[in-house]
Amino acid sequence: MKKNSAWAGVYMALVLVLLYLPILVVVLFSFNGNPGRTANFHFEGFSLQWYQALFNPATGYGQPLRTSLMVALWSVAISALLGSLGAIGLVRRPVRRSILGRVGNLALTLGEQIAVLPIMIPEIILGIALMVLLTLFGIPFGMLSLVLSHVAFCVPYIFITVRGRLASMDPGLEEAARDLGATPLKVLTTITLPLAMPAVVSGCLLAFAMSMDDFVISFFVNGPQTNTLPVKIYSSVKVGVPPHVNALCTVMLVVVFLIVAFSQMLQFGKLRRQERRDNRTGMAGQRTRKIKVL
Amino acid sequence: MPQNKVLLSLRGLRKTFDTQEAVSGLDLDVYEGEFITLLGPSGCGKTTTLRIIAGLEMPTAGRVFLDGEDITRLAPEKREVNTVFQNYALFPHMNVWKNIAYGLRMRGASRAEIDEKVPQMLEMVQLEGFGRRLPSQLSGGQRQRVAIARSLILSPKLLLLDEPLGALDLQLRRQMQQELKRMQRQLGITFIYITHDQEEAMTMSDRIALMRDGRFVQLDTPKGLYEQPRTAFAASFIGETNLISATASAVKDDEVLLDISGFEVPCACEDWITPGEQLLISLRAERLRLASQPVNMPCRVTGELLESQYAGSERTSLVRLPDGQVLHVRSATEGEQVPGEGSQVCVWWQQTTGVIVRDDREENQ
Amino acid sequence: MKPDGVTGRFQRSREALAFPMIAYAAVFVGLSLLYVIGLSLMTRGEDFSAGAPYTLNNFARIASLLYLRSLLQSLRLAFFTALFCLLLGYPFAYFMAKASARARTWIMLLLIVPFWTNALIRIYGWKILFAANGPINATLMAFGLISRPLKLLYTEFAVQVGMVYAMIPFMVLPVYSAVERMDWAMVEASRDLGASPARAFLTVTLPMTLPGVLAGLVLTFIPSIGLFFLSDILGGSNTMLWGNMVHNELLKSRDLPFAAALSVVLLALTGMVILIYRRMGGRAENMVF
Repeated sequence: MKKNSAWAGVYMALVLVLLYLPILVVVLFSFNGNPGRTANFHFEGFSLQWYQALFNPATGYGQPLRTSLMVALWSVAISALLGSLGAIGLVRRPVRRSILGRVGNLALTLGEQIAVLPIMIPEIILGIALMVLLTLFGIPFGMLSLVLSHVAFCVPYIFITVRGRLASMDPGLEEAARDLGATPLKVLTTITLPLAMPAVVSGCLLAFAMSMDDFVISFFVNGPQTNTLPVKIYSSVKVGVPPHVNALCTVMLVVVFLIVAFSQMLQFGKLRRQERRDNRTGMAGQRTRKIKVL
Repeated sequence: MPQNKVLLSLRGLRKTFDTQEAVSGLDLDVYEGEFITLLGPSGCGKTTTLRIIAGLEMPTAGRVFLDGEDITRLAPEKREVNTVFQNYALFPHMNVWKNIAYGLRMRGASRAEIDEKVPQMLEMVQLEGFGRRLPSQLSGGQRQRVAIARSLILSPKLLLLDEPLGALDLQLRRQMQQELKRMQRQLGITFIYITHDQEEAMTMSDRIALMRDGRFVQLDTPKGLYEQPRTAFAASFIGETNLISATASAVKDDEVLLDISGFEVPCACEDWITPGEQLLISLRAERLRLASQPVNMPCRVTGELLESQYAGSERTSLVRLPDGQVLHVRSATEGEQVPGEGSQVCVWWQQTTGVIVRDDREENQ
Repeated sequence: MKPDGVTGRFQRSREALAFPMIAYAAVFVGLSLLYVIGLSLMTRGEDFSAGAPYTLNNFARIASLLYLRSLLQSLRLAFFTALFCLLLGYPFAYFMAKASARARTWIMLLLIVPFWTNALIRIYGWKILFAANGPINATLMAFGLISRPLKLLYTEFAVQVGMVYAMIPFMVLPVYSAVERMDWAMVEASRDLGASPARAFLTVTLPMTLPGVLAGLVLTFIPSIGLFFLSDILGGSNTMLWGNMVHNELLKSRDLPFAAALSVVLLALTGMVILIYRRMGGRAENMVF
């Protein structure tokens, strides 16, 4: 594989600059000392006033943040359960010859497709669909409706991630476990789940981000009293460019950056420890190094 | 020596995958304490048979009896049968100790029992001190030994081994063959072994079940298989043999006079033969002798020496008979007299060398 | 000959584990969507309700010029979004995959952070940038390139930029996966056989990374049609995309059946795209990297 030419580096740098341009603007102006309405256009000295404004309960970001976190945590927890079990159940299905068997298999495939549908269709459709369904069921719009809706679109992320991992797992391992005396339940708890755990975790992280990030669906199913953070941001940003939003954005960026950097370091650390062990036992070179991102 | 008690019985075992019949009616009795090998080319159904015995596969028809008990529908975890898989299937998230202890854990063995038995096992497979290692840190041979220890620790009635030495290099394989044989003798556990390597089967087994297309071709001791193959397939699968067409010219009690390319050669035969019948005779290359002058032996033919190659310990020669058939001859090189290529040579053998075999070369499922 | 695994009993009880997930999806995804389709065939009732008579009137309304024009605009924007994402994103992903391991980690980090940051935040930045008194105009005026500020905000241009910006990670990541998994030996072989770099790329690299490209195209095209908040913030009232239509009908006009009908059209469009994707060999796995 030939190395990149210098132009490649230039190109990538340019794209990255473009990618970060709006972000930089936001971050820059969050430190603006200008207290007035032109705070996003005229820089007047360094100040943390907007960060202070964030913490002021009057600006009203505390409750939406809490709501978003709660919803995300509950949704991810429930989705992790549903999605992981779903992946375990559906990853390998025997070919069935009987009529009943084939119908059953068809039903399972259909069910699988429906479960994965949320990430393939525009969110607005799902938002409306959930909204009208919840109304029909008479479910109050608030935390409950939010969690129920978020679970619907978080499940696919976890399901697909875990299924992918299980599919690449050697099915012989489960057979060996049964051969050695493990009941089907024991096989799940001692072999399948432990091996699937990394995928469950990364799926959960992904689902968590998607939930915290979600605007469209939350917009349609949140209640009069409960707002998630993205919805609150939307209403602020729709009419103007309030500078405290800059501060909020910067904070969120820093948090995301820390989380991603942390998980990358974990990956690296694991790799490094593995390398050290390999060198000790003389197995270096038999390992394929792949730096996986989450 | 295998005792006469039957440990495992297969009756009419049949397994169909989609439209393919992997196993077509197997009947087998395995004796307690014996080392029996299922031998055959890939796709002959040996692995499927093993899996059915282990309980990992349900037969389409037929039964499996262990110690007289019908275990055909019994779940794998309830059978006193353990398997050593081809790719070892070591649990990657557990270290060697935990892998070996797994079966005992599943049985609910006490901590004390585990702490006692695992080190014994490690010692038996010569992996003391490896307890903490992960499978990814082991070499192929070491992994294989862990796989064996993992199964043997449970003292199964029957141990199934699915081509366990396939991934090892030649020297290691020879070493492991000896170790496995030693372990089997020492522990007295019945082994059912699978391989496609006939040499491996010959050296290790008490009996060999030669399989092809889901059926048993011949069930015999290694010596029996080598010296008295019953079909052309059996004869050519083990070692190197010549399959020569001949016509029966005369029939006596348990002997047949064959017309091989114009030469009259006697051959032992117990089957019913009609004179004039076309037969196939198996002649092992290493049991044939070459002579530059005609030899006064009952079993001899003459032909043209096509080529002759010297390979240190032996010489391989090709002799063409008058009717065009070619004989491979393997002869010792010590004190040899080498006839020139193109000259007429005589090939002779002991009468017991020739075996009449059923021609099943064209047979398919 | 593939063995069918452990005994039948084991498999069936395993599959039962998936039942909760499927049941949940059947209700909250399947049933809800069916309900929307049903609603689209109803007539609006008082306030937010709907009921008989069952009619195709809603769809007839959609067939009018107003809505078709909006549909066309939405499709056009989505199409160009996907296209620009491909043109900008593929080279990026390609170079990224060829970079050194260290560089790759850093680039991935830099790429993932915006990806995981709320879309609203990132769009917000463009609102500032595009404003009449924003940095872009200010810089251009400072350099004397223009005498009056350009109208960048509240134009279709702003929406297009915003969409490409928001969607580009969805092109880069699947393409990157595909390029990374590619067997470089093939490319080297084709060069060895005399192909120029361009031909090697066209005949080997491109086809081999096609799954990633397809996934990227689908992932950037479909959401673009429904991103109503983007056109809200950056396009104002000038851009009425399909998503905005739905939003309006639902919350402003409170015409449930009509909003449902608009959604059904969108659903049908999505369905077609997915069908084409599947027909061309795409798989769901490629979409979650």
